[in-house]
Amino acid sequence: MDNAKDEHSEKLINKFKASTYFSISEKQISYVRIEQEFKKGNIKAAIIFPAQFSSDLTTSKKAQIQVLTDGTEPNVAKMLLQYITSITQDYQQVLNSAIPPAMVIIPEISMLYNEEGNGSINFVPGVMALILMIVCTALTSVAVVREKELGTMEALLVSPFKPIMVLVAKAVPYLVLSLINLNFILILAVFVMNVPMQGNIFLFFFLSMLFISTSLSMGLLISNATDSQQVALLLSMVGMLLPTLIFSGFIFPLENMPMFFQWFAYIVPARWYYTGVKSIMLKGLDISYIWKEITALSVMTIIFLSIAIKKFKIRLS
Amino acid sequence: MKSLILNNITKTFDKGAIVAVDDVSFSVNEGELFGLIGPDGAGKTTIFRILSTLLLADKGEAVVAGYDVKKDYRSIRNIIGYMPGRFSLYQDLTVHENLTFFAMLFGTSIEDNYELIKDIYDQIKPFSNRRAGKLSGGMKQKLALSCALIHKPKILFLDEPTTGVDVVSRHEFWEILKRLKSQGITIFVSTAYMDEAMKCERIALIQKGKILSINTPEKIIESYPVKLFGAKADDIYSLLKDLREFEQVERCYPFGEWLHVTMKDSNADGINLIKDYALSENHKQVEVKIIEPNIEDSFIRLMNDQQT
Repeated sequence: MDNAKDEHSEKLINKFKASTYFSISEKQISYVRIEQEFKKGNIKAAIIFPAQFSSDLTTSKKAQIQVLTDGTEPNVAKMLLQYITSITQDYQQVLNSAIPPAMVIIPEISMLYNEEGNGSINFVPGVMALILMIVCTALTSVAVVREKELGTMEALLVSPFKPIMVLVAKAVPYLVLSLINLNFILILAVFVMNVPMQGNIFLFFFLSMLFISTSLSMGLLISNATDSQQVALLLSMVGMLLPTLIFSGFIFPLENMPMFFQWFAYIVPARWYYTGVKSIMLKGLDISYIWKEITALSVMTIIFLSIAIKKFKIRLS
Repeated sequence: MKSLILNNITKTFDKGAIVAVDDVSFSVNEGELFGLIGPDGAGKTTIFRILSTLLLADKGEAVVAGYDVKKDYRSIRNIIGYMPGRFSLYQDLTVHENLTFFAMLFGTSIEDNYELIKDIYDQIKPFSNRRAGKLSGGMKQKLALSCALIHKPKILFLDEPTTGVDVVSRHEFWEILKRLKSQGITIFVSTAYMDEAMKCERIALIQKGKILSINTPEKIIESYPVKLFGAKADDIYSLLKDLREFEQVERCYPFGEWLHVTMKDSNADGINLIKDYALSENHKQVEVKIIEPNIEDSFIRLMNDQQT
């Protein structure tokens, strides 16, 4: 936001523009809009120039700019701050070579939603996604296939049960287990790791339940599609855990990835959960901001579950 | 009324490389105790799985209690009791839990049908809190039978129920089957033990996926076409080798302490021919007699006939 609209602010903005690291979306933007755009995740950083930027710089030889970044992604935020600082310093040197004595531009830095740059608040939602994924997908993936291996499926099949009931019966214990897990993680996160819980806790639980259901149905799908516990475990570990680690955005920022992987990330359930949880816990957003995540997870659950039911073998082999 | 009807059932595995069941047709009457007798790998289990709707046949059709195994598999699963050859109960559940589970699965309770399983269950009741995986072989089979019976099935499928079970338990098991039969349940049982074949009303001998003969055990023995001789000497092994060299002998195989011998010429005086030959080969303490063929002799003969 350029409140100064003078010579130096214009020049500095052009310098930001010229660098390949930034794309400037709007020059004039209200404080309220900044807040909103941050919440929507449309902008990663905002630079605010005070009204008397140039006069400060020329008269008192000292001017300030305010830099806001999205602290929910500390890695990205820190990187941005470095770039902004170095570009500012660069401009400062250009200025100083022309007009001695020295003029200083001081960037006033703050990370929104995470003032201290607390890494754990970024980490916790990611770990949550990871743990729920392990419990739900990995454990469920061996549930049905174990019956096939032990031979109990043979006796079970010759009975009037319905496939959906077997799947439900297999999923329920792990659902309970994951919910207990979730509570523990939440308590630890809030009271030990000092992760804020800004949003509605019921919304948080709703989103978590949805993600658990997605993971469970994926586990059941793997279990129905494979014939041995080893294959099932391998699939859920390699096929599910690695994408969760890599493509949910909590270790590697998705924005830096090639386009192909960015698209790939859209089909990783953990990615949706991760962004959803961050929005609720750290930004305190309501359901209107996370409807995309909710829709994505719901659609995935329905797809996985219906394939799992369809894949359920009513006969041997 | 037929309980089971099989028409030209064929089942292959590995895309036709292995023929497990080859054009098999037979039927089982209602209330019958029918035995499927054959060695390991003869295709018994495959037939059981086809009839219990677990496998689909490549060709042919099968009807169980009036229902088609392919179309009406749900109806069949409601009314049959199936005891797989492999122990298929939950090893980490106790005896009682297993029984309760299977009762619930069929929407019934142990109390409702206790009458039917009382005889069997009483024998394993002292262990009702033991895990199924820790039971002995015989007790496991009794428990599996109880679980297969808990919903009062019309037809009972028992795939090798006595394999790996001691002699006494085997005997008990067959006594139980006879009692169940008297209650009107059709029992279709398979076994690799020939002595158990005699306890069935009718049997089908099966070998390499083909039915060799279907009849009552007595009729099958009666139809043994030639005289059977028993021979023994002090060195039974070299006698076996020598008799197999003897051009008049059709077949010779050890059976218990005797060698069972059949002659090529069915009217030949086997006793003297064998005795003279054995003595000429310097065997001592030679004994030869006519013996009654048993079901195993019949089976071996039918099996060899099929191969040649």
